[in-house]
Amino acid sequence: MSAATQERPTEEAVLPRPAWGRHLIVLAVLTVLLIPLPLILPPATQAVAVRVLIFAIMAVGWNIMSGFGGMFSFGHAAYFGLGAYTSVWLLVNHGVSPWIGMLAGMVVAALFGVMVGFLALRYRLKGAYFALSTFAFAEMLRLLAINSDFVNRAVGYNVPLRREFSWVFMQFAPGAPEYFWVGLGLTVVAIAVSILFLGSKLGRFTIAVRDDEEAAAAVGVPVMRTKILTIALSAAITSVAGAFYTQYYFFIDPDGAFGPSVSIQAILPAVIGGVGTIWGPAIGALVLGPLNDITATLLRNPPPALDFLQGRAGLDVIAYALLLILIVLLLPQGVYGAIRERVRRR
Amino acid sequence: MEHVSRSFRGLKAVDDVSFTVEEGSIQGIIGPNGAGKTTLFNLVAGAIRPDAGTVHLDDRDITGLAPYRVSRAGMARTFQLMRPFGSVSVLENVAVAAMAAGTSRHDADRVAADVIERVGISRWRDVRSSSLPTAGLKRLELARALAGRPRVLLLDEVLAGLVPSERTPVMELLEALRREDGVTLVFVEHIMAAVMRLSDSVLVLDQGRVLMSGSPDEVTKDPRVIEAYLGEEPTDAAS
Repeated sequence: MSAATQERPTEEAVLPRPAWGRHLIVLAVLTVLLIPLPLILPPATQAVAVRVLIFAIMAVGWNIMSGFGGMFSFGHAAYFGLGAYTSVWLLVNHGVSPWIGMLAGMVVAALFGVMVGFLALRYRLKGAYFALSTFAFAEMLRLLAINSDFVNRAVGYNVPLRREFSWVFMQFAPGAPEYFWVGLGLTVVAIAVSILFLGSKLGRFTIAVRDDEEAAAAVGVPVMRTKILTIALSAAITSVAGAFYTQYYFFIDPDGAFGPSVSIQAILPAVIGGVGTIWGPAIGALVLGPLNDITATLLRNPPPALDFLQGRAGLDVIAYALLLILIVLLLPQGVYGAIRERVRRR
Repeated sequence: MEHVSRSFRGLKAVDDVSFTVEEGSIQGIIGPNGAGKTTLFNLVAGAIRPDAGTVHLDDRDITGLAPYRVSRAGMARTFQLMRPFGSVSVLENVAVAAMAAGTSRHDADRVAADVIERVGISRWRDVRSSSLPTAGLKRLELARALAGRPRVLLLDEVLAGLVPSERTPVMELLEALRREDGVTLVFVEHIMAAVMRLSDSVLVLDQGRVLMSGSPDEVTKDPRVIEAYLGEEPTDAAS
């Protein structure tokens, strides 16, 4: 095979051996470093930090189906909303702890994901058509919630306030560090699950199916089962964000749970941080989370040069759009992808 | 397979084809471009369903079975146009195939490394498979098909795109697979020297139909075969 020996692969083509263990260690170290954070941060900033965590959980979930799985979802609001509604419905109507409600929400979201996945894949929807079908399912749930007495129609739910603070009911003093810790714990578990997923048989099958579905089937990968399980896992993770969101903000309604903007919030952090990477969604959330507040502050007290912004609505949306355009143009692999390239080249 | 047919928009790509491959033998399939060779493979491997006819593996009817089930039943295939899992390493490509065939996650990398060694692409094991040259991709196809230790191997032009010096080791590997592992091989090939050397029996397809079948010698001497190739000399001086 002398002829082939001369064709040396380029340096960049050599992939680092997978190191799931190392990722988990990095995650553990980060967790320990972040635990004291709420004790240092002023309350307003802490609220931003919690929002970052909620974004991160949503995006880590989205990234499993759409990044690793390559099945673009424009309807992750469905899973976020099912997590939110299942937990709050159980809490309001049956006094069930939101922790248990969260688990129930995961099951409901995963089952819905299985159904969506089965129908979309059964009819061989691909690309934009697949994405649109996920969007349609989320919209269907939104309209269903608005028109259903079973979940209070358009009014939605308020989380009942308790007299005493309680871990069981995930309710603490306003601005208490516990909220951050709960969010951090959930985020860390979500990221750990996505790391373990990538190292698992299911995860490795998922990547193979994403890269070439037919070839995967030809070597014996059960393509349909792999896709559906991946969607279910993705849905379950994003639903956790919904349940936590509702407990944190004490309120959920059909638009806030199932609206298109929720789906976009699951997509954007992953796109900005790096689609199909382990750390991308969390990094993207870190970039996006504070953006709302920065734009809100700008609206309230614009610096002299930006006086014309005073009192204008929609600035956050414009900032999102600008940021997204810049990222896609300048960092096509997202922030994390760009950092990784830098490090590797050194 | 018996009386298998498949049409695409009224065009009969495979028309009432029947043949049997003896266990442990090497069956060559030749035919001009568009004769239906790849379609035949797709029918056998389950990638497409036949309109009529049946396919058996041993005594089991595998007609219309999903591709991954055919694969798990012990029949692997390669693709004429190489289809690697492009974002991952060569090793991972083969490890996934091993796991899909039932190897445990724990053993998959070791099994994959062995297969890669045997196929002769060890020097590329940690390379992103999308950046392999054609010669590497062809052998990666073979490695991935072998990872599940198939009993029957369908090879779609594994030698095409290789320079003659690269063909010899692949042919030696195929012979070793039959001799040492008892693998039954069915291969589509344009390179007649390889067909002559490897095949116990050759099936000639033309316009979706079986033109003839017989030993390599009989086939190359048959005037109908020469006719079908339209003067295209069915021998290849290379290698």
